[in-house]
Amino acid sequence: MAKKRIFEGLKIADFTWLGAGPIAVKFMANMGATVIHIESYTRPDICRVSPPYKDWKPGINRSAFFAIFNDSKYGITLNLRMPQAQKVARKIINEWADVVADAHLPGIMEKFGLDKETLRKDKPELIHIATALQGKTGPYSTMPGHGMVGVSLGGLTQITGWPDRDPTVPFGALTDFLTFPHMITALIAALIYKRKTGKGQYIELSQLECSAQFLAPPIMDYMINGRVLGRLGNSSAYAAPHGVYRCKGEGEKWCAIAVSSDDEWRNFCHVIGNPEWTRDPEFATFMGRKEKENELNGFVEEWTINYTPQEVMRKMQKAGVPAGVVASGEDLVADPQLNHRRTHVVLEHPEIGPHFYQAPPYRFSKTPHKLTMPAPCLGQHNEYVLKDILGMSDDEIADLVVAGALE
Amino acid sequence: MEEKEKREGLLSDYRILDLTDHKGVYCGKVLADLGADVIKVEKPGGDATRNIGPFYKDISDPERSLYWWAYNTSKRGITLNIETADGKEIFQRLVKTADVVVESSPRGYMDSLGLGYPALSEINPSIIMTSISPFGQTGPYKNWKADDLVGWAMAGQAYVTGDDDRPPCQISFPHCYLVTGCHAASATLAAIYYRELSGEGQRVDVSMQESVLWTTLVLVQFWDMMKLNLFRAGSRRSMGTALFRLAFPCKDGHVGFLIAGGQLASISMPPLIKWMAEEKMLGAFEDKKDWGPKDWTQKVDAMALTQEIVDAWEDSIIKFFANKTKAEIYEKAREEGMIIYPVSTTKDLAENAQLKDRDFYVEVEHPELGKAITYLGSPYKMTVAPWRISRRAPQIGEHNQEIYEVELGLSKDEMRLLKEAGVI
Repeated sequence: MAKKRIFEGLKIADFTWLGAGPIAVKFMANMGATVIHIESYTRPDICRVSPPYKDWKPGINRSAFFAIFNDSKYGITLNLRMPQAQKVARKIINEWADVVADAHLPGIMEKFGLDKETLRKDKPELIHIATALQGKTGPYSTMPGHGMVGVSLGGLTQITGWPDRDPTVPFGALTDFLTFPHMITALIAALIYKRKTGKGQYIELSQLECSAQFLAPPIMDYMINGRVLGRLGNSSAYAAPHGVYRCKGEGEKWCAIAVSSDDEWRNFCHVIGNPEWTRDPEFATFMGRKEKENELNGFVEEWTINYTPQEVMRKMQKAGVPAGVVASGEDLVADPQLNHRRTHVVLEHPEIGPHFYQAPPYRFSKTPHKLTMPAPCLGQHNEYVLKDILGMSDDEIADLVVAGALE
Repeated sequence: MEEKEKREGLLSDYRILDLTDHKGVYCGKVLADLGADVIKVEKPGGDATRNIGPFYKDISDPERSLYWWAYNTSKRGITLNIETADGKEIFQRLVKTADVVVESSPRGYMDSLGLGYPALSEINPSIIMTSISPFGQTGPYKNWKADDLVGWAMAGQAYVTGDDDRPPCQISFPHCYLVTGCHAASATLAAIYYRELSGEGQRVDVSMQESVLWTTLVLVQFWDMMKLNLFRAGSRRSMGTALFRLAFPCKDGHVGFLIAGGQLASISMPPLIKWMAEEKMLGAFEDKKDWGPKDWTQKVDAMALTQEIVDAWEDSIIKFFANKTKAEIYEKAREEGMIIYPVSTTKDLAENAQLKDRDFYVEVEHPELGKAITYLGSPYKMTVAPWRISRRAPQIGEHNQEIYEVELGLSKDEMRLLKEAGVI
């Protein structure tokens, strides 16, 4: 018998797009929830029209950017500017959904007659969870945005890079990825509460406020001590050597090493064969190594350059010293640990073919997650959802098609 | 007032025993601020997380770590040496009334003490045990060590971060284990939800490498679908396209902006070009070469743009921003709906008008200082039983008496003996 999944029977109407919202709902789907993802041809998710595309050929159903955020969901299209489509959306919510998720700027759901007051008046037990870059209220909330600039607003760009250089921008839509686990947390907490009390609620998340959680100590440091955090390269207040070192091989071959205790230092020295410089009393203490960090890093690299990143990592880890290869996309695909844990999951997409999706970063001993199906092509499940889930007749559906409500 | 009333919140029915160090500290905070009774179990003398700076008024003291303060709000704290026979026995008694144990020790450590999941579930069959570790409890790297930088590297972030003429780089306030803690909190809640349905507890295994991998989307997919390794290029980025700049220097710092193409460009470029035209600083946008889009509201295909074109446009924008401050550019962006944001410093975040308008920052009483300290507020606004910091982080052994004497019924004499034996 197949094992039970945690949220089997839970129904989510997913009006989200871009990063944070879709991923949060995808995780719920992987843990068993049934999800209807609502989109429109008239305003496709920007992720659908962004690379990576299979074999470099663009196409609205060919981007993995959209696909990996939206597996295990049914997908339908509704042009919510049309009253007929709004009626279908309301039907999904009122007759079917336990949870509504949205990730639109303030005013958009309102324009569609799907504002939180109306929804919860019709269905008080509904849980409505919403996210926007700067939240749904406040003077800057209506600005359009996305995580690739959110990472700058959120303070992460400013503190990434080298003290003598301009800031460098952390990869990707980082604020989205720091938000979605908060979104899942809030949603499940609300579900637990609803099970006990029957009460629904409205939950709202600002991606700026979620990502700021990961800068709480330096922000408090400014408020209390007046210190503004700068860029520190790879140096650390509690470890030396602590850096990324060039290794043997063509191209970008690097390994990170972090030595944060005397034991690790002794083991590190042993692995590299206790060369002359390691016996210099100035390197014997952590304070000494911090003092001469640049020189130290030079010595470390004199050793690492003779070995591949994999060799450096394995030699160090075998001796109990934290070290890890600087993995490229290609390396991640081949990573033995990720592969052992089935982190990458291949699903066969109707247009892309078989390609990599990604499992949640945790495993439950009794209720394993499952990626049940690839991301939907635009409008792929219109008929299934309208007919089999909502019980609409062929005539009603035909009327929607003719009116253009399913575009 | 009853402890539960003090904590009234979504999760006030649940007790969590939090054995984590810095690798799991955020998990318990998330649950505690939602109302759970989180008891931080520290070794006598205090957890090493207390040594992480910065410190209140720069006085390095385990009771003044801002890191400890920020990530242990709403928790109670006891000291207990679970490596001693007496400590183990006390811990087992606590497990009987707990719902969850969260831990981040090296794999096998809890089992070696006889406190692994099988042993704990014998004491309390519905217990949930959440384990946070660098690589998870299974697989070839399950016993390996990783600090934040190593996780950052092995999940793909380092490869794409930093200047191209220097080593790959981290964020200067690393958050790999913090984001892992957030995932651990959501997974723990999922397990609680399941227990409410089934009565069954279970083991939850959270991997830091995989948690960070959920921040490096879509590196794997670029390789899978386009055989392309995205790479680091300072403040510029290629997504199978020319390199596009994501941070532009301005008069007093930088602003975040991306020309991109498609829908994003159609939102920001028309008002930006209009603004540049008003100040007669169109630069390359004035050029009548045939590569210039005639109408930015038509979707521009970013994949078709050459590096020469992108560089020329970006140089013109850099010149235009050179005499404008972050605040001026941000205000104009707000008025015109352009996707341009300041590159915020921690000072900017402390003073951010949007955060203030939303009452993001909150005051938390520190009775030992006789004053309130400003903390970051909630990551979520909820209409029912909202998030709140119910107390500042615990001092070392602050709730020993409350928990050991009042709850477990240990006598003063027993407390003294346990203290002298180094158990509490």
